[in-house]
Amino acid sequence: MTRLYRLLLHFYPTSFRLEYGEEMKALLAERAAGLGPLGRARLMLGAVAETIPNALAAHASILAQDLRYTARTLSRAQGFALTAVLVTALGVGANTAAFSVADFVLLRPLPYPEADRLVKLFEGSADGSGFNELSPAEYRDWKGMNTTFQAMGAYTDRAVNLTGAGEPQRLQVAAMTPELLPLIGVSPLLGRVFHPSSHGEEDLHTVVLSHGLWQAQFGGDAGVLGRSVNLHGTPHEVIGVMPPEFNFPRREVQAWLPLAFHEDDFVDRDDTYLKGVGRLANGVTLAQARADLTVVTTRLGRDYPQTSGGTIPFIFALQDEVSQQSRVLLLALCGASLCILLLACANLANLLLARAGARARELAVRAALGAGRERLVRQLVTESVALAAIGGAAGVLVSLLAVPLLARLVPTTLPIAGRPGLDLRVLATAALFTGLTGLGFGLIPALRVGGRTGFAGLREGARSGGAGRQRLRGLLVTLEVAVSVVLLISSGLLIRAIWVLQATDPGFTPQNVLTLRTALPRPKYDSPLRRTEFYDRVLRDVRGLPGVESAAYITGLPMVMTGGIWGVTIPGREAPRDGGDGVSLRFVTPQFFGSLGIPIHRGRDVDDGDTGDRPFVAVVSRSFVRQHWPDEDPIGKQFQVAFQPRTVVGVVGDVKVRGLEQRNEPQVYLPAPQVPEGGLIAYDPKDLVIRHAGKDATLLPAVRRIIHAADPAQPISDVRPLAEVVAGETATRRAQFLLLGALAAVALLLSGVGIHGLLAYTVSQRSHEIGVRLALGARPGSVARMVLSEGMRLALLGLVPGLLGAYAAARGMSALLFGVQPADPATIAAAVLVVLLMALAGCLLPALRAVRVNPMQALRAE
Amino acid sequence: MSPDAAEIAAFLPLPPATFHILVALAAGDKHGYGIIQDVEARTDGGLRLSAGTLYRTIQRLLEQGLIVEPRRPAGSGADPRRRTYRITPLGTLVARAETRRLAQLVRLARGAGLLAPEPS
Repeated sequence: MTRLYRLLLHFYPTSFRLEYGEEMKALLAERAAGLGPLGRARLMLGAVAETIPNALAAHASILAQDLRYTARTLSRAQGFALTAVLVTALGVGANTAAFSVADFVLLRPLPYPEADRLVKLFEGSADGSGFNELSPAEYRDWKGMNTTFQAMGAYTDRAVNLTGAGEPQRLQVAAMTPELLPLIGVSPLLGRVFHPSSHGEEDLHTVVLSHGLWQAQFGGDAGVLGRSVNLHGTPHEVIGVMPPEFNFPRREVQAWLPLAFHEDDFVDRDDTYLKGVGRLANGVTLAQARADLTVVTTRLGRDYPQTSGGTIPFIFALQDEVSQQSRVLLLALCGASLCILLLACANLANLLLARAGARARELAVRAALGAGRERLVRQLVTESVALAAIGGAAGVLVSLLAVPLLARLVPTTLPIAGRPGLDLRVLATAALFTGLTGLGFGLIPALRVGGRTGFAGLREGARSGGAGRQRLRGLLVTLEVAVSVVLLISSGLLIRAIWVLQATDPGFTPQNVLTLRTALPRPKYDSPLRRTEFYDRVLRDVRGLPGVESAAYITGLPMVMTGGIWGVTIPGREAPRDGGDGVSLRFVTPQFFGSLGIPIHRGRDVDDGDTGDRPFVAVVSRSFVRQHWPDEDPIGKQFQVAFQPRTVVGVVGDVKVRGLEQRNEPQVYLPAPQVPEGGLIAYDPKDLVIRHAGKDATLLPAVRRIIHAADPAQPISDVRPLAEVVAGETATRRAQFLLLGALAAVALLLSGVGIHGLLAYTVSQRSHEIGVRLALGARPGSVARMVLSEGMRLALLGLVPGLLGAYAAARGMSALLFGVQPADPATIAAAVLVVLLMALAGCLLPALRAVRVNPMQALRAE
Repeated sequence: MSPDAAEIAAFLPLPPATFHILVALAAGDKHGYGIIQDVEARTDGGLRLSAGTLYRTIQRLLEQGLIVEPRRPAGSGADPRRRTYRITPLGTLVARAETRRLAQLVRLARGAGLLAPEPS
């Protein structure tokens, strides 16, 4: 019975047990004396029942005592407490935020049932040079001939005009084969999706709304089912509404239309515009599916060598649809935030080590006064945990602020819902890291007290430090310097990349150009005459507005419309098979080149005389001439594009159609009216560009009035200055730089604090020695030099591994660097300089303090 | 320097176990088991302090200076394992103040007719 009670006593705090355990055991024994077995059992049961609440209360009272003591000691060391909390908060916060976003984009499974079986399908070229969408014929054949897919569907992105439900509006939609929505496996919130067996016919004029559109345009009215809405002038019946978390294929898509094929859609195998989506049969791996479809493409390549020769299937998991750039960026972010966590831990360790030295005497005194080791350890643990908890709480605040900022890096092209939230697992992990660091290094002083007799600590006095600990602290500072060098160089390289990018000439002058979109709906505008009438009227009236220098229509703005590639054939030359002669094809009205400031090098602009009944002409860019007629006069040359032979009448400057960072195809511009019979709907000019004299608030309303007068049902969308489009090209880069830059600044700050802390501590510990030196005639200058050289030595030591790490990091993120070399000398020099300056700044105060040591005081203090 | 009223009032009201322990010690120094027996006898077996409650209270009373552990006279023949406790002057004052407080409450209750009038 006594043995059981002894065990029970372990629930009490050790100090309590040591003090009263024996008494309590004796008491129990006394009570038990003279009791029968039943009485003893009852006594024991009572003892068990009373131990728990009493032990808890004893623990609570000690905790309260320790917390009060912690509050007192920390308020006496406010600088230390504040720094420790700040360091922890930054470490925990930056980490949690970065990993939350990265996890959201890279790791989190898509919100579809068995999403790991969903794949995207494209045709790739055998030489691995890229991949393309599928043609309807290819899609049909892949679907019919494969043996490894449970289902296959396809979609294409479209934009349609919505009229008859409030303000005319332009919608981003996905037109999809009827099997696609059921294949993904998400049930509609309301109504139904397209019948998978219908081949699209019976659902032809139906539409499924996104939750966002349903809320915005129809007020979330459940009665919307069965209602008819006008899309591109044709009535469509609303048959369903998808749930809010359904964002397939992209977040911007607002509605889904059925996509049906007719026999003639299957004729042209070069007409590739379908993105394939498949669900693998149960147990089929990606590799098996790839092998299966390779058999299919090989057969198709034999049957249609002209169009399908040399193609292979290009399959990847829907999950992996993240661009290389985004992936690298997020990984860089994670790396950077790991660095920050490392720095935070190193700094915290350093702070606590310094404090341990300063407290050795206090603890020795307390031990001498009878505090048991257990009580001291307990007190220190309470202190560390309290610090970590405050720091962690501040860290949560930091990450709450940071996650929305980082969320802007999430590509909008992914089929995932809006915004990442705070990841609690990550938060817990980061908190655990810093907590353990705090605990581990916070306990050092107590271990020292326990490790030797308390009086040694007293005798050693305030000069205790220990060479080993000092070396460890030096190592930590070196590590901090190295990490901040890595971060500084990485963000420096990104700045360089932005500079290079901004210095890139887009090929046009974006300033003072207003753009907006009026996409003419079919079949209302099937007649080319009607379209020309609209363009002529709008352009005539806009050009008549005060302050307008010129105005024109084009198929799509550079950097906005990046596709629209068409193969050309030059008479008398063999058509290359690899499609390497594709051009960016655009239809324009007169004045387009003037409006965008694209120089006309030879010949003329398209003009009003280039109508549908006149000879078909073309204006080409310089690179087109270089490619096809390097040594000849291009004017008057003929080539075939968009089903018609065309004659070159002008040569203009090249434009970065795909964006500042991309390689661009040569450009071919055709007069708007010169389209083949029936027109090319996708190439209808729809973007209006207006070059104006400068800021004028009346311009846009006036243009709106003009368009409304020309066609009241015509929606206007995408109103923005062209300069904004170009700025958007560098916006992601700016976000990248701001992020890494912020992390680098934090790192710099942390290592500055580290160097400062270490030296300040060293000086305070050595003030006795410094005093002796000064008393013996050392000059203040040499004392300051001693402190400075100590700090700079650590900084230089940290530079070496830092530079190596930075080079490795830069090579890893070369995809983000836009041609800037990973070992860019200017960047490295700048980063090294900044780090050295930071180290110097960190040394400054301690050096000053060393110089100001008063020899008399320092000697008397002992 | 005698403690002022405010200092004493800060201890009130006393938890029942604390009050009983002070009452037991007011009658003379006792060791732990002695206290328990005393309390049990005074309350006719109504209150049986557990070991945990007893020593936790003792620890707090020692910290607060309401009781002390007197130095044992050498060769007194007492069991060396047993520690005895003694109420301090402050402890006596606090116990008195608590008694007055309780008496006041009893008077109040009586005035409200909750209790038979005091036999005179």
